[in-house]
Amino acid sequence: MTAPTLPPVAHRRPVRTDVRVDATPARGYGDRVYGVFITTCALAVPALLVLVAAVIARSAWPAIEQVGTELLVGRTWDVPRGQFGALPALLGTLASSLFALLLATPLALGVAIYVTELAPLRLRKPVAFLVDVLAAIPSVVYGLWALYVLVPFLREHAMPFLGETLGLRELALFRGPAYGPSLLAASLVLAIMVLPYIASVAREVLQAVPRAQREAALALGATRWEMVRDAVLPYARSGLVGAVILGLGRALGETMAVTMVIGNRHEVPTSLFQPAYTMASLLANEFAEASGELHLSALMAVAGLLLAITLVVNAIARWLVWRMERRA
Amino acid sequence: MTDVSRPVTASAPSEAGSAARAHLTPAVALRAVDAAEDTRSGSAVPISTHGLEASYGSVRAVREATLTFTAGRVTAIIGPSGCGKSTLLRCLNRLHETVPSARVRGDVRIGGESIYAAGVNAIAVRRGIGFVAQRPTPFPTMSIRENVVAGLQVLGIRATGSELDDRVEEVLQRTGLWNEVADRLDGNPMSLSGGQQQRLCLARALAPAPRVLLLDEPTAALDPGSTQRIEELVYALRGDVTVVIVTHNMQQAARVSDHTAFMLAGELVEVGPTRLLFTAPVDRRTEAYVTGRFG
Repeated sequence: MTAPTLPPVAHRRPVRTDVRVDATPARGYGDRVYGVFITTCALAVPALLVLVAAVIARSAWPAIEQVGTELLVGRTWDVPRGQFGALPALLGTLASSLFALLLATPLALGVAIYVTELAPLRLRKPVAFLVDVLAAIPSVVYGLWALYVLVPFLREHAMPFLGETLGLRELALFRGPAYGPSLLAASLVLAIMVLPYIASVAREVLQAVPRAQREAALALGATRWEMVRDAVLPYARSGLVGAVILGLGRALGETMAVTMVIGNRHEVPTSLFQPAYTMASLLANEFAEASGELHLSALMAVAGLLLAITLVVNAIARWLVWRMERRA
Repeated sequence: MTDVSRPVTASAPSEAGSAARAHLTPAVALRAVDAAEDTRSGSAVPISTHGLEASYGSVRAVREATLTFTAGRVTAIIGPSGCGKSTLLRCLNRLHETVPSARVRGDVRIGGESIYAAGVNAIAVRRGIGFVAQRPTPFPTMSIRENVVAGLQVLGIRATGSELDDRVEEVLQRTGLWNEVADRLDGNPMSLSGGQQQRLCLARALAPAPRVLLLDEPTAALDPGSTQRIEELVYALRGDVTVVIVTHNMQQAARVSDHTAFMLAGELVEVGPTRLLFTAPVDRRTEAYVTGRFG
């Protein structure tokens, strides 16, 4: 068998110039189906957010019309009298989340720095894994633990110690009797719950700092701590802020564990020892037995408020990260 | 194994007169950078390695390297990629051991003092040695000025503002950066070009007035103009500073160095005066490399 040969050039058909050649080859049928499918999926996520916001806004409208700004600034939540002031829950949510962050951030950053910079190699993976496991524990389990272990401990040991022994009672923040269920209990359990999220993201961010940056600091004669302080943390700072804000987002919306230990008292919190309320707890406690249109509508308004606060917090976080990146 | 008829020592450490000077402890006052201003001429110190072995995990990157880097001279280390030349360099300021799983055996002496002896603090060793890496590594959140004084800051040097300002200007002048950045010392170093960033790193390394400067392919990522500036500076540093430069570029080694060491597969093949090594190499492998037959 002879090898096939090309026909002589003269026999080839002339190149047609009347046919437009598209730069991109025609897409196959499968490609098009895939494209439509994936675009639909991508659009469905923001559409869902818009839908949720729209439903909440529509359901909340009657309450907003009747109660008005009282929702934001009112302190009384009296369902039979139609008084729906959500300020205590709003402040309770913010206070418990901020205290939780205050407690969790140093610990989480400490764990992340330890795991990425200081721990012996064989300890790094196990420690990181154990911290991550904290995130896998169901919320209600935290709640039960807090209810049966943390709250009694606070009531019998921690609160008397803080109030009497250290004499912090004089400060407004630690005033009041040691009930147990309190803003402090909620903040503590929240801190434990958001810690793995902050630590995990912070760990990734620290690991992403180039080795050359660390070596530049070491070569100048920096100690390990000076290297972390002067080269690693500044390089990673916008990512670290992002990690903390992620934790804040988690803390704001956390419902179950907080409801179990915060005491659910509808009062503007002035002391860590006081029972308080959060928006998420309010919703969880009252939705099932909401009586009447206005009550349900008011709860929807609170839900909208919680959604708005979460979005605003995220927007602020984005802005902070963006500003830092621009300066860096 | 080819026999090396020329001794592996580049030159007798005859200039090691001030060998015992305590260069490992950081100076507490600002020391002059410029050799011309330094009345104690010949303050440079020789570096010698003795049976140096370095490995990453199970990979032996440097085997049995014994050589001397002459005080106040520029020594180039050349060789193909992965031959261990950077690792050898990083053993000279104990940076190699900061990599997980890295190991070092043998000894390195700077000015006669072992830097691997028991009780010697690696951080104190690094404080007396300038180091510039292949890619520019300015600290992105510090200003240009803060970058220059970063090394002085870790030394805990107490200097008045004007002394610090003088030092900043001095090292930026030397690296040819002063005219380019004088009006934006508080600006962001990341806005500089790659070549400017690398010269900033060089200024940062020079600010504490080190007696030893280690350069790890400092111009590999740079344009010809910046490369030339850095080469001129390296050439000008001879006398007061002992410079070791790792390079891919044999022309660069020929231009800036007094002595050249050739490494292959972790082994130190040949060391000698640069001109001799390039024109009359003793080892067949050196000859093959410098004549461009491989690498």
